[in-house]
Amino acid sequence: MAGYLIRRLLAGIVTLAVASFLLFLLVAVSGNPLATLMANPHVSPATIAAARHQLGLDQPLLQRYWSWLTNMLQGNFGTSTTGQPVGPELWSRLGITLRMVVPTVIIAAFIAVIIGVVTAVRQYSILDHTLTGLAYLFYSAPVFVIAILLKDFLATDLNKAVGHTVLYTIGESTPGTTGAWPTFTNILGHTVLPVITLVLVTYAGWSRYQRASMLDVLNADYVRFARAKGLSPRRVLYVHALRNALIPVVTVVALDFATIIGGAIITEIAFGWNGMGQFLYQGLTGAVSPDTAVVQAWLMITATAVILFNIFADVLYAVLDPRIRLA
Amino acid sequence: MPDTEPGTHAGAQPEFLAAESSRGTVIAAPIPGANVGTETDEMAAPSRGQLRMASRRFVRHKMAMSGAIIFLVLLLGSIIVPIFWQYSYSSITNSFATGPSAAHPFGTDLIGHDMLAQVMAGTLTSLEVALLVAAISTVIGTAIGALAGYYGGIIDQLLMRLTDLVLVVPLIAILLVLANKFSRQSDSQLFVGLLLALLFWTYLARLIRGTFMSLREREFIEAEHAIGASTWRIILRHMVPNAAGSIVVNATLTVAGAILIEASLSFLGLGIQPPQVDLGSLIAAGEGDATTLPWLFYFPAAFLVLAILAVNFIGDGLRDALDPTQRGR
Repeated sequence: MAGYLIRRLLAGIVTLAVASFLLFLLVAVSGNPLATLMANPHVSPATIAAARHQLGLDQPLLQRYWSWLTNMLQGNFGTSTTGQPVGPELWSRLGITLRMVVPTVIIAAFIAVIIGVVTAVRQYSILDHTLTGLAYLFYSAPVFVIAILLKDFLATDLNKAVGHTVLYTIGESTPGTTGAWPTFTNILGHTVLPVITLVLVTYAGWSRYQRASMLDVLNADYVRFARAKGLSPRRVLYVHALRNALIPVVTVVALDFATIIGGAIITEIAFGWNGMGQFLYQGLTGAVSPDTAVVQAWLMITATAVILFNIFADVLYAVLDPRIRLA
Repeated sequence: MPDTEPGTHAGAQPEFLAAESSRGTVIAAPIPGANVGTETDEMAAPSRGQLRMASRRFVRHKMAMSGAIIFLVLLLGSIIVPIFWQYSYSSITNSFATGPSAAHPFGTDLIGHDMLAQVMAGTLTSLEVALLVAAISTVIGTAIGALAGYYGGIIDQLLMRLTDLVLVVPLIAILLVLANKFSRQSDSQLFVGLLLALLFWTYLARLIRGTFMSLREREFIEAEHAIGASTWRIILRHMVPNAAGSIVVNATLTVAGAILIEASLSFLGLGIQPPQVDLGSLIAAGEGDATTLPWLFYFPAAFLVLAILAVNFIGDGLRDALDPTQRGR
């Protein structure tokens, strides 16, 4: 197990190293940060040359990559075009994004397991058809469509009915809120809709997966044997079936990390959250774009997380399923 | 435990799960049946009789048929309606921000665009891009998966690591970075399509690789080797037809994923560029006034969800039809 883990981590580092170069190239070819400056007729060539030197763009590509990489390994993510260091901003925005992503994963996994089990146990019942149909709908609905429905129709009507703002539709909190309780309710009011949005698109795939996994297990010989042995249906369901049916789903939840981050980018933009997703978007579409340092740092942080979650999923799978032996 | 079998079994399972979660970005997880089907795949090359049986199963599949009908209506409608409808998507009428009426069934926007014409043009763009993506990425995915699965060894390792690399960042993030430069080109529709196609093949490649690895060991392939058939012949004439079921199902589901991601990209302003419209950019344009002029949002959103839903129905129906053992999953 330890040997396997070490091998996987080493392979992950190699993947990350190759990815870092490709991502660096990707950002380098995706646009010229000096384009805005160069398009301005009032900017002298000397100023452009100075800016180019300041951004290090006068150096050869490989040298730029190397200095970027070594700086990053020392925790220095460079400075954005606004002159701010990227690192601290990135970490504070990561905190904001996690306020959306962590509750989403917990709630979506919980809902998916319950719905998956219920629909599998009551296969082809009206309940199964209804819930499976709903999962289909959410699975097919883009994040931004759900976001707009929730904020422009549900939240607006609800806030009007209550008379004051319960569910906020823009931002992750109201600046200047003081006191522990008001701050908490304020953040909660801002978080509800984005989390619901992300939960709806996330749970749908998982619940279908859980249903299929549960059906597999329910038809397995050992479950039939447990029934034949005369165990109570409840015991068969919870002890013998559900535990085994959870294994594949748990790993899918870990593997879907990249997908959830992708959904979170769009959700953040739709709800005006100043998290990681918005950071990337602003870095790409802001006044001086692309904000190379921001975009590169963003991609590297995400790539690292995705690789770690992939390893985590594999290990988790092995831990949960004793049939899998890791040499 | 000694280092004998380095994760042959252990590696296999989670890796197949990894392929599982790779499809699409916004769409959460995949359809479970899809690769269970290929794992236990015993489909022989589809003979005429089997094809007939499969199409009969498809026609009897209520969900699949309704999906197919909806999709055809959307596609044909978005081609035919603009020919007969009096307004084009770019023409500006004298009615501004009017609700649905006989003159403008889907209403008009603030500038005076007829929304029926706009939604039809948008639907056509979205479907065209998605079909292009599915076609190209299916070819790439099949080729890469086939080479990896057929040759194994170092080629397999290299191609699969390449696949891993594509999946290391959320699809939408790579698209945003690239689209920033490329969708500002003159023909944004073609560029967005090509861009998506270059990133959408990974799931199919992993699927085909798995199928080919098991096919490679089968006796009829060995027999082909023995009679001296060329590698090309074996791959194209004997192995690809055996994987046709998975390829067709996956190509269909790719259409759904592509519609979704393309619309997301356009919603964020980095996909289809004006004057062209697609469903995502129409929703983005209508978003600001969604509360006061809801038809600007409802119609494109409904068409978008309907299109994705229809394609997903077709994909699931095809899977059931091509692999009856998976029925009801």
